[in-house]
Amino acid sequence: METRNSIRPPGPVVIDIENITKEYVMGEEVVRALRGVSLQIRRNEYLAIMGPSGSGKSTLMNMLGCLDTPSAGRYEFNGKNVAEMDDDELAAVRNREIGFVFQTFNLLPRSTSLRNVELPLIYAGINPDRRVERAAQVLADVGLGDRIHHKPNELSGGQRQRVAIARALVNGPSIILADEPTGNLDSKTGEEIMELFENLYQHGNTIILVTHERDIAAHARRTVHLRDGLIEMDHVGFIAELDMPLAR
Amino acid sequence: MKRFLYELGESWKIAAAQMRSNLTRSTLTALGVIIGIIAVTLMGTAVNGISIGFDKSMAVLGDDVLYVTQWPWKPVDDWWNYRDRKKIKTEYAETLNRMIAATPNSNLVVAVPTSNFMRSIKYGGNQVNNVFVLGTTSDFIITSTIDCTAGRFFNELESRDGANVVVIGYDVADALFPSENPIDKSVLINGQLFKVIGVNTRQGTFLGLFSWDSMVAMPLGAFNKYFSAKSESDVRVKVKDKTRLADAKDELIGLMRRVRGLPPEKKDDFSINEQQAFKSTLDPVKNSIAIAGLFITGLSLFVGAIGIMNITFVSVKERTKEIGTRKALGARRRTILLQFLIESTALCLLGGFIGLVLAFLMCFLIGKAAPSFPIHFSLGLVMASVIVSAMTGLVSGFAPAWSASRLDPVAALRYE
Repeated sequence: METRNSIRPPGPVVIDIENITKEYVMGEEVVRALRGVSLQIRRNEYLAIMGPSGSGKSTLMNMLGCLDTPSAGRYEFNGKNVAEMDDDELAAVRNREIGFVFQTFNLLPRSTSLRNVELPLIYAGINPDRRVERAAQVLADVGLGDRIHHKPNELSGGQRQRVAIARALVNGPSIILADEPTGNLDSKTGEEIMELFENLYQHGNTIILVTHERDIAAHARRTVHLRDGLIEMDHVGFIAELDMPLAR
Repeated sequence: MKRFLYELGESWKIAAAQMRSNLTRSTLTALGVIIGIIAVTLMGTAVNGISIGFDKSMAVLGDDVLYVTQWPWKPVDDWWNYRDRKKIKTEYAETLNRMIAATPNSNLVVAVPTSNFMRSIKYGGNQVNNVFVLGTTSDFIITSTIDCTAGRFFNELESRDGANVVVIGYDVADALFPSENPIDKSVLINGQLFKVIGVNTRQGTFLGLFSWDSMVAMPLGAFNKYFSAKSESDVRVKVKDKTRLADAKDELIGLMRRVRGLPPEKKDDFSINEQQAFKSTLDPVKNSIAIAGLFITGLSLFVGAIGIMNITFVSVKERTKEIGTRKALGARRRTILLQFLIESTALCLLGGFIGLVLAFLMCFLIGKAAPSFPIHFSLGLVMASVIVSAMTGLVSGFAPAWSASRLDPVAALRYE
């Protein structure tokens, strides 16, 4: 259990956010989802982003995942200015640098596990032979070596999320961005998935969890707490070390 | 480039999977295109058939033959100027032939007189009414593409003697001699017996335009003996070189003026015609049939295209979340655009292909049931149909595919 609770030394900065804001217009109203957030995330960190609904948590995740660009502020991903990229450049960053894991898995229902995991490789322009080889390899790594020709509806929830994690890993991304990855799973399966994340972290991956569950955030080595579009707390170390009960 | 090919391959796979999983919907949508393509293709075969029929009928006239007639072959406004012209006489042919022989390097080969009259023709209990009876000389075969399946055309001797012999058209032979060999049988025309010495090769009829199939030819001498009273005559002149038709025409006008003895200040009192005159009258008719027909049938294809567009919009809406996921995984706008374009195009191509096969079968059946119906299937038509269906898919799929490619990934991922 020594290694399980160890904090690995972080590497160089992957994500560098400075004073970003995001404003939406909803009907007549201007919603200020982020009001000036600064954050640095280094390679091989295991970070949980927490906060109640409406705190700007999802907006920050979309920003980090390059699904959206900030209204103002600086965002550098591996030293590249993401804030000013166009749609296709952002797509390329998402493809190569970010592995998404969704609460609802978001697998293509009519495609096999292998085809689902192949998808990011297709968008990356990898040739078919290497694609299949690589996808099968990653599926084996997450413990689904015998399920590569199954379709999502032939798999359990935990297995589906493993397929999704394999898909996130297949391009060797700089960060894995998991949005409530256990939200649709029972607690036992959820723990198994968290174990898989732990394993990935121990193998040098950078993991960002977005969650509102303290039990899930408890696995992370650093916790960022958001409230009303601002960072309320940025704690390095296990959240269990804190006495302070966090408001939901 | 490689990446584009992989995306293309991926898109085809998705399109195929999509069609399979929404079989009913795809079939119904494709049905619109199938019907459209059948309509357009059948119209195309009809237009093709009409065009070929026109050309075939034109070929009967010959593209290297000039026709000396009283009336010109084009519509005239001042008909009174032509009404009083002297009739063309069959004897002119002989005079013209002498002149041609006397002219060194003449552009003309031979002049052949023809007279015609409508008559009924009988053999035993069988009778054919309104047969085009043609009186001419043995030189007629030089000016015409006429050809005998059985027997022969009459020879110079029979021609000069005005022998009671006839060469009959295919349809006439068919009607009079359903189960007999017509050669050497005697047919009754206007109370006179004529011996059948030849049957023409089948030519096919088209919209009642000229056809040898319902014609009977006999030596001019015999014709004059029995039918000269009210017959129409003209003279056809074979040209040596059809690329120099204008020169030949000028020469013929000069000769005819000499035949008629016209002083220089008088206008021509005859008309020289050629196949081209007919063509320029009939081509606009042909073209308007084609344009109107293709426009109307094109509307049915348009309805099919709207169906495709509609279903592609539905497909985009249904798969909003999938689009979001794909974008999150790195699909670019172009990738999404391509995916939906290929889906709509694949559907259209499938419909087009099925429609083409059905249209081909229909053509085959129509051809069997009504051989005279002018339809003609061609490779060009097949290619045009395929291209038209692909274009239909591209055009009708573009708006929905574009809207899909522009979706905001955040909103798309959140869509339920």
